[in-house]
Amino acid sequence: MDYMRRFLVILIILILAAGCTPRSTAGETAIQQNEYIENKGSDTIVNLALAWAEKYQQVNPGVRISVTGGGSGTGITALINKTVDIANASRQIKPEELEEAKSAGLSPQEFVIARDAIAVIVNPANPVDHLTLDQLSKIYSGEINNWSEVGGEDRPIVRLSRETNSGTHVYFLESVVRKGNAEDPTIFAADTLLLPSSEGIIAEVRDNPNAIGYDGLGYITSEVKVLGISSPGQPDNFVIPSAETVTSNEYLISRNLYMYTQNQPTGAIKEYLDWIFTPEAQEIVRELGFVPVQNR
Amino acid sequence: MDQKKKRNDRFINSVIRITGYSSILFVLLILFFLLREGLPALASTPLKTLLSVRWYPIEGYFGIIPLILGSILVTVVATLIALPFGIGAAVYLSEVAPPWIRDILKPIIEILAGIPSVVLGFIGILVFVPFIRKFLDIPTGLTAFTGAVLLGLISIPTIVSVAEDALNTVPNSYRQASLALGATRWQTIWDVTLPAAKSGVLTAVMLGIGRSMGETMAVMMVTGNAATMPVRLNSLFTPIRTMTATIASEMGEVAAGSQHYQVLFLIGIVLFLLSLVINIFASLASTKSRQRSERLLS
Repeated sequence: MDYMRRFLVILIILILAAGCTPRSTAGETAIQQNEYIENKGSDTIVNLALAWAEKYQQVNPGVRISVTGGGSGTGITALINKTVDIANASRQIKPEELEEAKSAGLSPQEFVIARDAIAVIVNPANPVDHLTLDQLSKIYSGEINNWSEVGGEDRPIVRLSRETNSGTHVYFLESVVRKGNAEDPTIFAADTLLLPSSEGIIAEVRDNPNAIGYDGLGYITSEVKVLGISSPGQPDNFVIPSAETVTSNEYLISRNLYMYTQNQPTGAIKEYLDWIFTPEAQEIVRELGFVPVQNR
Repeated sequence: MDQKKKRNDRFINSVIRITGYSSILFVLLILFFLLREGLPALASTPLKTLLSVRWYPIEGYFGIIPLILGSILVTVVATLIALPFGIGAAVYLSEVAPPWIRDILKPIIEILAGIPSVVLGFIGILVFVPFIRKFLDIPTGLTAFTGAVLLGLISIPTIVSVAEDALNTVPNSYRQASLALGATRWQTIWDVTLPAAKSGVLTAVMLGIGRSMGETMAVMMVTGNAATMPVRLNSLFTPIRTMTATIASEMGEVAAGSQHYQVLFLIGIVLFLLSLVINIFASLASTKSRQRSERLLS
């Protein structure tokens, strides 16, 4: 009930806002030439892209950037159909998508605009310091149910996860629970707690020595303990996530976030992409909990 | 002058009539919308999938049974908690408390009713959840029981407020007659006043149940939202997932018209039916009791 009410209020505000904006933009176009950039794709990136667009439009009032989500696949399809200028993707473009783009007369250009790392966290009182990827997968799929099975105390494991609609959830499912194997049908154990917010996960891990959780690196506070994770190739080499280990590719549960353009970017699109790699823009990356990239 | 008064009268009458009818219209529109968006789920999703015990929509598991049972478990326990406190507080306010205490307590309870549930949920996360985990020594404090306690707290003010009003409408002559016959104060409350206010008290309870069933935010914050089947004895002290929390957390991201979207609306239909059943029972019970008292009086 309360949710609906809030939704209605937001809807009304949006309708009112929508009623106001076109007039003011019409006024602007009359004064100066407007550049218009369409930006669409990954839901993981959508907040970052929005924050960038907002900031960039403040600095360059002549440019208008429209950002929408929908998923990496949606963004790349729109790019191939030439309906967007920049596609956001939390995965690399697939070979078949590249083929499609080429047959449409495009040569998509790839930019790694930020990196995303997921930290696995436990209560500071938990003696466990590190897990292998295999152990982590078994914990979340429900095969391991007691901390003593991974070298901890005799305590039940309480699994915490973000809600299924979060990009982080899906990425964790694919890269950790299924260990990167797309054919693997394993899913989260049914008794995994799905918490609606990062704060909820941090709060429960902070209070509960039984809990294990995960979240974007930027959300982690000092009140919880970050676990070292080892890759299947080097099971004894446990790596703690940090800006350094993510940049050097040592930390396993991290990925690049991409933007794709139709061709070699020119004009306003090129200027926007150049700006994205400035320290000012990369600071927004850090604020939103992602890992900044140095340069292209 | 008279002509003008009459016209005004007619105008105001029609305005009131329109507002009255509009509430029926709104319910019908909501029902129509729910059915239009939710019924296709029965076509797109096999009944076997819907009646399975696993809810994991992003991989096509659409078992709504754990969600229905989760909602029912939390609501029933919340009602069991809220009922004695709610009715007891109402009886105290209306029958026992001296007027000056009532004048202080009644507004306080009404303020309680106005506290946003998200605030209570926040208090729940910070206070109840750690307390219940340590006190009961269970793996996590994010459980059905935590949600039920919070929901009890949320529905108590509603129950108190409505039940107290109902008790107040019982004519004083009833109480005086009972006391004059030599009944004690307790006997008067239990055997005369409460039965006389039965339909109003029942309405209060039903409103409380409705409040518990429909509550979303607080439940989403403290029950853990794990779609497990609450069928074991200790299920009350394990995480569960309610229908309202599922709709609230998933509707925002789902593509309109997709299978997941339809199933979420189907859950909305189930919620609607459940509250309809509660309301029907409530009105049946209250009319039945009224008929009985009318028979007795005639």
